[in-house]
Amino acid sequence: METKNIMIVGVGGQGTLLASKLLGRLLLGKGYDVKVSEVHGMSQRGGSVVTYVRWGDRVCSPIIDKGQADCVLSFELLEAARYTEYVKPGGRIIVNSQQINPMPVVAGAASYPENLVEKIAGLGIQVDAFDALTLAEEAGSSKAVNLVLMGRLSKHFEFTTQEWMEAIEHSVPPKFLEMNKKAFALGQSA
Amino acid sequence: MKTLMLGNEAVARGLYEAGCCFVSSYPGTPSTEITECVAKYEEVYAEWAPNEKVALEAALGASLTGKRSFCAMKHVGLNVAADPLFTISYTGVNAGLVIGVADDAGMHSSQNEQDSRHYAKASKIPMLEPSDSAEALSFAKLAYELSEKFDTAVLIKMCTRVSHSQSVVETGERVVPEQKKYEKNPAKYIMMPVNAKRRHPEVETRTKALTEWAEQTDINRIEPGQDTSCGIITSSTCYQYVKEALGDTYPVLKLGMIWPMPQQKIKDFAATVDRLVVVEELDGFIEAHCKNLGLSVSGKDLFTNIGELSQNLVKEKLGGTVQTGTCLAEDIPARPPVMCAGCPHRSIFYVLKKLNLTVLGDIGCYTLGAVAPLGAIDTTVCMGASVSGLHGFVKAGGEEMEGRTVAVIGDSTFIHSGVTGLINIAYNESNATVIILDNSITGMTGHQQNPTTGYNLKGDPCTKIDLESLCHAVGIQRVRVVDPYDMDTCQKVIKEELAEKEPSVIISRRPCALLKYVKHPGPICSDPEKCKGCKACMNIGCPAISMVDGKAKIDATLCVGCGVCEQLCKFDALGAKE
Repeated sequence: METKNIMIVGVGGQGTLLASKLLGRLLLGKGYDVKVSEVHGMSQRGGSVVTYVRWGDRVCSPIIDKGQADCVLSFELLEAARYTEYVKPGGRIIVNSQQINPMPVVAGAASYPENLVEKIAGLGIQVDAFDALTLAEEAGSSKAVNLVLMGRLSKHFEFTTQEWMEAIEHSVPPKFLEMNKKAFALGQSA
Repeated sequence: MKTLMLGNEAVARGLYEAGCCFVSSYPGTPSTEITECVAKYEEVYAEWAPNEKVALEAALGASLTGKRSFCAMKHVGLNVAADPLFTISYTGVNAGLVIGVADDAGMHSSQNEQDSRHYAKASKIPMLEPSDSAEALSFAKLAYELSEKFDTAVLIKMCTRVSHSQSVVETGERVVPEQKKYEKNPAKYIMMPVNAKRRHPEVETRTKALTEWAEQTDINRIEPGQDTSCGIITSSTCYQYVKEALGDTYPVLKLGMIWPMPQQKIKDFAATVDRLVVVEELDGFIEAHCKNLGLSVSGKDLFTNIGELSQNLVKEKLGGTVQTGTCLAEDIPARPPVMCAGCPHRSIFYVLKKLNLTVLGDIGCYTLGAVAPLGAIDTTVCMGASVSGLHGFVKAGGEEMEGRTVAVIGDSTFIHSGVTGLINIAYNESNATVIILDNSITGMTGHQQNPTTGYNLKGDPCTKIDLESLCHAVGIQRVRVVDPYDMDTCQKVIKEELAEKEPSVIISRRPCALLKYVKHPGPICSDPEKCKGCKACMNIGCPAISMVDGKAKIDATLCVGCGVCEQLCKFDALGAKE
């Protein structure tokens, strides 16, 4: 099979690493060759963060280059806009419509662009924008945005609910399991 | 068992399986997780050392007693450990000694992008270079075999993309070799001139033997391709980019050992292709070797020596067409890293900026005090350079500089190499004012313990180095402690110490706001009735405060209630609890 590429982007501290851990677990269980590339250190401090998830028969590069992503899963709206160049023709962006102002906007040196969903769609990218934060809060915690987005992502890939659940059980602490499963289900049905 | 592992975690697993017993390291992105992961194996003793030089010397000591040992650091850490490194090359080892070093091409989290491969060549210590997690694991084990077979330390060179990518590994069992005996051997271990002169030829002989090994080993392997109009020599993550971009189109010589490199194998490979191309990140290290062999080769004429390479870049330069996506037409505001809400460093930098001081900075989270709106730092060079630099700055700058210059340095960085600078200040009597930003943890690399925290790498309570006593002991009479959240007192104390005619240390003490044990009062509110929109609270660059419709607004999901912004508001508009 051709290698599949998902980029997970967001703001440092939003829980993107758990999302990639969960996906990695799921894909390895399916017998694929998998590579997951993360960023640690300096850029985690509230900065723009990117994780690459790739799977197929044989995956070589750990990173996704411009024009290669089948899907960008974005935890924040501006971050989706930042990485449109990485989406392959006909590719998709799934985005939490939450807006988190970056420091230049907070400080008044720049403004948060308007109508980003429409503008991204105007590039010919399929955009699936929805309020994952509210669904996460409904599930029990704003921290569950990652599982809501995973639920949404599951609609576009051929894995069974059982496979997803097995990966979730292995990736989140038992204490938060029910809440995370609920968040996943809310994302899936939203 | 097949499992996904970070490259760093795979190195740790390799150390474990190879029977490594002793690990001493200093944290540094992207190397940190090697030591954190190996510490989880009960059979392995693992520690954070005060700095990389101490760590490597400790690892050598462990090797001499007959136990396999290891030491990890980031690329700039190897500069600190370079002193023992070059002489360990002469002494060799008893049990295997392996050194992990992680480069950071692209400077994701570093102050430079030096290429550590030069250290292998300069110190004459062999270097292995894995290209994924499976190799990270197997090369760690192989490194011990080489170390003991050739009586040398062995370097394993990682890079951000190998260290921080997860890929599939198969784990094995731990096998601990029989412990070697320590035997007194002055000719080998006392590197005074008479002995060192005898050891140097041994080093050269060893390099010849290692070069022979490099000719034979299958970690330097040729992968055939359909089209011999071009042949590629590559290693590390660049090998993965080449395979991703070009598949099996061209023959590839993949080097797993980057120093010493084979000679005949490279010449033979070159003879089978029309054109030889080296694909490597940063400097033309392999390329220079090929040129020394008299080969005609392309490398840095095609690929930049700045930043990282990628599969698109390889494809573009070697004849393929690259499909890219589309950017939005408008500018997307950058999202640089920021100090966290409640960070104890923020208010100190606000005070330093308010006092219009020259601030010599250092390496850590607090380097973010350099960015707007705080913009309070003048210099950042390397670990410890704030304190030692301040001495030169005020000594040479005289009274004019003394009263308006300070150094800022974190607790871990101070212990790493700030304390030696402070000794110089005391000994050579400069009128310097040093501020230790003591947040009770090594922050930027992700919360590692250090000698001032009272806990060790395994999380057990241990001896806590008392910063006040340490400063007194090296000869600083004036040592004062402030709470950075109390900005009035901070300002008063800084002004007083700058006015004194002797060196002083101010310890700004409050734990990192992200530490789990830190209890916060909880988010405050802004009162839109009282807010005049003066933006005074915006000058601290707190991510929890923004201006909405001309009024300050607090983001309750970020605010921890540190109270710093409240001290800036003249209209009492900030502070009411929800």
